[in-house]
Order: sequence, then C-alpha cells, then structure tokens
Amino acid sequence: MTTSIKKLPDTEQVLSGNGSCGGCPATMALRIVGKALGPNAIMLLTPSCAVASMGMTPRLGYNWPCINVCFATAGSSASGIANALEIMKEKGRLQGELPTVFSWVGDGGTYDIGLQALSAAAERNDNFIHFCYNNEAYSNTGVQRSGATPRGSFTTTTPTGKRQPKKNMALLMLEHNIPYVATATVAYPGDLYDKVVKARNIPGMKYIEILAPCYLGWQFDMSETVQMSRMAVRCGAWLLWEAENGKISFNNPSSHIISGKKDPVPVDEYLMKQGRFNRFLKGPDASQRIAEIQNDIDREIAFMRERAKIAV
Amino acid sequence: MQAAQVIMVTGAHAAALAVKSARVDVVPGYPITPQTSIMEALAAMVENDELDARFIPVEGEHSALVAAVAASAAGARVFTATSANGLLYMHEVLHMASGGRLPVVMCNVNRGIFAPWTLWADHQDSFAQRDTGWIQYHCSSNQEVFNTILQAFRVAEQVNIPVMVNFDGFAISHCLMPLTVPPQEDIDRFLPPYQPEWRLDPAHPSSFSNVTNAPEYAVFRQMLSRDILASIPLVKQAAQEYKDITGMWDGDTIDTYRLEDAEVVALAVNSMAAELRLSIDILREQGIKAGLLRPRLILPFPAEDIMEALPRNAQVMVLDRNYNFGHNGGILASELKSALFGRRSDITVKNRVMGIGGLDLTRRFMAAEIRAMMDE
Amino acid sequence: MQSVTKAYRPISWPMKGAGGDTGSWRTHRPVVDYKICNRCQFCWVYCPEAVIDRKEITIDYSYCKGCGVCATECPTGAISMVKEE
Repeated sequence: MTTSIKKLPDTEQVLSGNGSCGGCPATMALRIVGKALGPNAIMLLTPSCAVASMGMTPRLGYNWPCINVCFATAGSSASGIANALEIMKEKGRLQGELPTVFSWVGDGGTYDIGLQALSAAAERNDNFIHFCYNNEAYSNTGVQRSGATPRGSFTTTTPTGKRQPKKNMALLMLEHNIPYVATATVAYPGDLYDKVVKARNIPGMKYIEILAPCYLGWQFDMSETVQMSRMAVRCGAWLLWEAENGKISFNNPSSHIISGKKDPVPVDEYLMKQGRFNRFLKGPDASQRIAEIQNDIDREIAFMRERAKIAV
Repeated sequence: MQAAQVIMVTGAHAAALAVKSARVDVVPGYPITPQTSIMEALAAMVENDELDARFIPVEGEHSALVAAVAASAAGARVFTATSANGLLYMHEVLHMASGGRLPVVMCNVNRGIFAPWTLWADHQDSFAQRDTGWIQYHCSSNQEVFNTILQAFRVAEQVNIPVMVNFDGFAISHCLMPLTVPPQEDIDRFLPPYQPEWRLDPAHPSSFSNVTNAPEYAVFRQMLSRDILASIPLVKQAAQEYKDITGMWDGDTIDTYRLEDAEVVALAVNSMAAELRLSIDILREQGIKAGLLRPRLILPFPAEDIMEALPRNAQVMVLDRNYNFGHNGGILASELKSALFGRRSDITVKNRVMGIGGLDLTRRFMAAEIRAMMDE
Repeated sequence: MQSVTKAYRPISWPMKGAGGDTGSWRTHRPVVDYKICNRCQFCWVYCPEAVIDRKEITIDYSYCKGCGVCATECPTGAISMVKEE
C-alpha cells in the first residue's frame, strides 16, 4: 500500500521562502524527498533551477549539507563523497549511520551533459541516489531543448516544436543493472515517498526520475502543476514504474494502462492544456501531428509492457 | 626506530609511494600516458591492502578531479594524477577546487598537448593552467617528487588551496633512480592527519558554492589571491621541517647550483634543470661563471626569493619548455621579467624555447645554447 | 594537517527566507474557509513552499508565493484565491 498523505512525516528539509518560482514542481518533489530521507543526508546539485532556488551565498533554503558541482559531474561527485564517507567510517573517523548521498539534478544534467559520469557511476554501482527532476527542458536558462524534451514541444531552441521524441532515460539506467530504478511525479506524493524510502535502504546506485511539469516552460497556469502531472500519467505520457534488481513493476495508475484494464486517456487534452505544443499543432496537419505524438506514447507503453516481461 | 629505506623506483612509483605514505583516503584515477603507472601502482596498493584507501576507477579526467574535490569536501585526504590533455579536460574543475578552497593534491606528469599528438614532455600543459588558482610545484628528480608530494599535502591543508606537483613524463616518470623512503613515523610527524576546517556534515548543515552576488564573489576571489601569496612562507617552512625530520632537501621555493658568484644564470624547471647542473659544470670548465636557478614553485611565483638569489649584474638565460603564444618566447621568461621590472635594472634576461614535444635536452646542447645566448 | 589561516569559503547556512521575503511575490492570497475544510492535508502535501501547517491548515503569508496549487488541489473547494490589495 502506498503511504497515505496523512502518514507522511512532519520533517521539512525544504525551508519556506526559498528562491524557486511559485508552484515549482521540483521544489514540491524535493519536499517529499526530504520527508523520506530526513536530515541525515548530503545533497549534490549541478547547475539547474534547484541552484537558483537554494538561495544565494550565505543563505541556504535547504536544511542539508549541500555541494554545488560542475554541470557534467553529478555521477562522479556523488561517487567521491560516497567513497569518502565509507572509508572515513572504516577508519573510525566517522561514527553512527552514514548519511544518504543524493544528487538533485535536472534533465539537462542527467540526460545530456551529465550522462557520461552518471553512466560510469552506475556501472561502478557506487552508493548514492541520483534524482532527476525532469521538467523536459533547460528551464533554468529560459527553456531550451534537452534530450528529455518530447516531440512537438516548443523551446527557445526548437521554436517550431521539437522534431524528435525524448529518450527513455530511466530505462537506460535500468540497463546498467543497478539495484533500483524508479519513476515518479509530483501528483503522487505517497508513491514518490515510498520509492525514496526504498532506495535509501538499498546499498549501491539508485536512480529515481520525477516528472516535474514546469508551468513556465510548459506554458500553463502555475496553479495547475499537480493537474498537469496527473494528466501526464493518465494519458500514459509518463509511466510510473520501479525496478528492484532488474524486475520492473508498474505502479497505480500506470499499472492499469499497462495491464490493459484501463485505456490511456487520449493525449489531445494534455497537449492542448499546454502552450508549448501550440505552434507544432497549428495548421491543417494538426491531427497528423497529434497522431505522431500519440504514436510516441503508444510505442513507449507497448515497449515497456514487453520489457517488463523480461526477468532474469 | 625504523631506518630509512633506499630502493630503485621510477618517478611514477615514487609518486605512488608518497601518496601511500601520506595515508590518503580516496584516489580517483583515470589512465593517460605517461601518468598511467601512478594510478596502476595506487590501484595495486589498495587491492593488496598496502594502502587503506578507496580507489575510484572513473571514466575520465574531468570526473577524476571532481570525485577528488567532492571527496575532499566530505573531509577526506585525496589524490589524483593526470597529464597533458587530461589536465586540460580538468580545467573547470581546477577552478572548482581552488575557488572552493579544498586542499586536493594532484600530480601532473608533463606532456606536450594535442594537436598533433605527442607523448613526450614539454610544459605547455601545466603552464596553461597557471591562472586556475592552484599552487604549482615543478620537480627535477624522483626523490624530489616523493618529497614534494608530502610537502604539498602539508601546504595545501594549511592554506586550503589545492596543489599540483608537476614532473616530466618519461625522463622522470619512467626512469629508475634510487629513492630514500623515510620511516613512516617520521612522515606521520611531518604530515599529521587532515583536520578539515569545514566539511559536508549533516550535524552542521551548510552549503558549498551557492550562487554569489558580486560583492561577496569579489571578496572570495581576493582572499584566494591573497592566500596563494601567503603560502610562500609555508612552502619554505614545509621544506625546512621536512629537512629537519628526514635530512633531505630539494630547495624551498627555489633551488640553486653554483649561483653565488655567477655572472651567467640558467633558469629552468623540471628534469631539464637537473641536466642543467651538468651544463653549468661544462661552462665553468670553459671559464664561464655560470650558475643555476631552478624555481620549484611557479605559482605563486617566488619573485622575492629569485630577486634575492640573483647575483648583481647577472645575465639570466631562461630556458622555457613551453610557448607564450602571442609573445616572443616562453612563459617562464615573461613571469621573470614581470617580477624584475622596475626592481632589478642590473639584470639582463634572455630567453629560448627548447625541448618541445620531448626534443632531447642534453648537457652539451644546453651549455652550447647558453654560450650562444651570451653572444646575442 | 590543520589550517593555519581561516579560509574565506563560499559557504551558506540554512535559513527561512533564503530567497527573500517571498510573500511579496504574491498577486493572490489563498484563504481557507474552515467551515468547508475537511483537513485532508492535500494543500499541505502539494504546497511547494512548506508554508501550510498540516494540523491547523494555516498559511504563513510571509513566504507564501500565491501559486494557487493548494486552491486547485483542494477537493472540497475550501481554499479560494483572493486578489492582494
């Protein structure tokens, strides 16, 4: 059973009055992550909205020890810290339970510039959690295209809509044979909480990706952040799943889509609610373009359904 | 009481032994010629339980240095090593280490830079990183590499500034020379455990390098600049105390040879400066009052010590194994001239670039070059 | 080895209001109608800013940015967004 909202702990690791935009999905998600990790953790950040949100020297809006690192280095920095803590504990210089080391990184720092170091850290199975809060663009620099941007989306570097589909990063991480991979999104906080608690108690490398609908980049009203997250799941544009030791299982409500118990909601309404697809979907061939996007989603659902059947 | 051991090792192995003696906690490593054998030696020491540390086999030099920097922020004593393009690949992380005031120690085994590819030594790689806020030593023997790494940890941890220990590929890294390894208890006395002034600690949460407004940013940079200069007395103190404990001496900020009465002074760094001692002897035999001044530090540039050491009216022949592009000559000569300007009008500076991409620098060749420069 | 000089480091410390008085960003303020509120805590869990007390369902207006997520997610319609004066 998913932990209910009322059972979530009181712990607040994200402090009020930080620098994030109103309605920020990443900050929303980080609050839940904080409840799951508690204060005994060390946070790494690569350049992203979270860095802009965390406050300027000497103020800090997160109640953890934090380290800002170079953009490409979330994986290797976390390895350095995890290894340092372990050896210092072995040598008797640190006492008590070791802190959880976790990276809090956007899709740019995960899918694009950070991929090499992340892949290597996964292959080494170093002991930390990599969180990718995925807002499907470089939102911090004013919304540019990333490897996570879906087909059709406007960004300032894809002014008429991106022509390629996004890649399945969580699946890529799974294929590194790490002990735990999960996807989540802000509309389902209990699901996210449970996944982080699970990850925290598994040694080795863990990857959790959180879909974070950004009102600024996606062009919807900031009060609808959670709505948008829910719609993404209901239409199957975002699938909730986790994999322990390589075995994929789907979480509600994505599990119903995968099992065929429930059809995904057609993608139209999800797209129309967002300004970022406007230009791509304008004109006489709009229905064909919606079909292209729908096809990306259907393909991904079909692929993941089959991939989940492989359990060795 | 243990006695010092004398063994035959390569420069790379001497570096690895120094790292082991320093009781380092974390070593991220990535191969690049001619540095690779340092990493191989350290990986083997960790596997064989000779060194109680974590070896992280990273996927590139950028990650090697950042893993070291992050481990240092967690409170560990760290080491890594690289060469040439590996060092260039680390460039932004070099700034992260110095700006973040983390006492990382790294060896750079000097090698010429791509393109085109070369495997052999010159000093363009380390000199190109001059403005990254690292303290830079340059060493001329296997023993000095060993001694300097220990001194580097001490200085780095005293001023919270990273230190790069440079030495030439092949001439040092791959050549066997006798190495005196002092007893571990002496080294422990010289280099006590690292006590971080600050670290990532959940009991006292604080954040490293948030976005910073201009007034604060400017002060951080100013303090870094000030503290780099403030490391000079500590470099001297480290050399002196190392000598008091082990009896070994390579010079402090500078090293000199037959300099006191010299009229012609050769100035160079790294292995070519060791060979230059023999060139000086040749010149002396020819009746020329020649001497050697070898800066061990190039950053901070030991301007005061060089000024004090240079005899009156000396002709200084700067032999650069690098190019100062956009100027006629090398970087060492520029550094010297800017230190001397307006202060020692009695000194003449002449400059030649040589030994690029591993061109052989023999004692006779360099003696002849110095003679030719005298007539210029 | 111990430092001999205190390094001037780029370090920050946790505090509320690290981004300033973010309450001043608001154009609309969430107002709770306690007669309708059923204390489900949806507003509390979805608030990105951690400004809602989960027991009392009170809002810290000094930092609330007025995003309106709480009002949208409230299943009973107990929270309305009222224009700031």
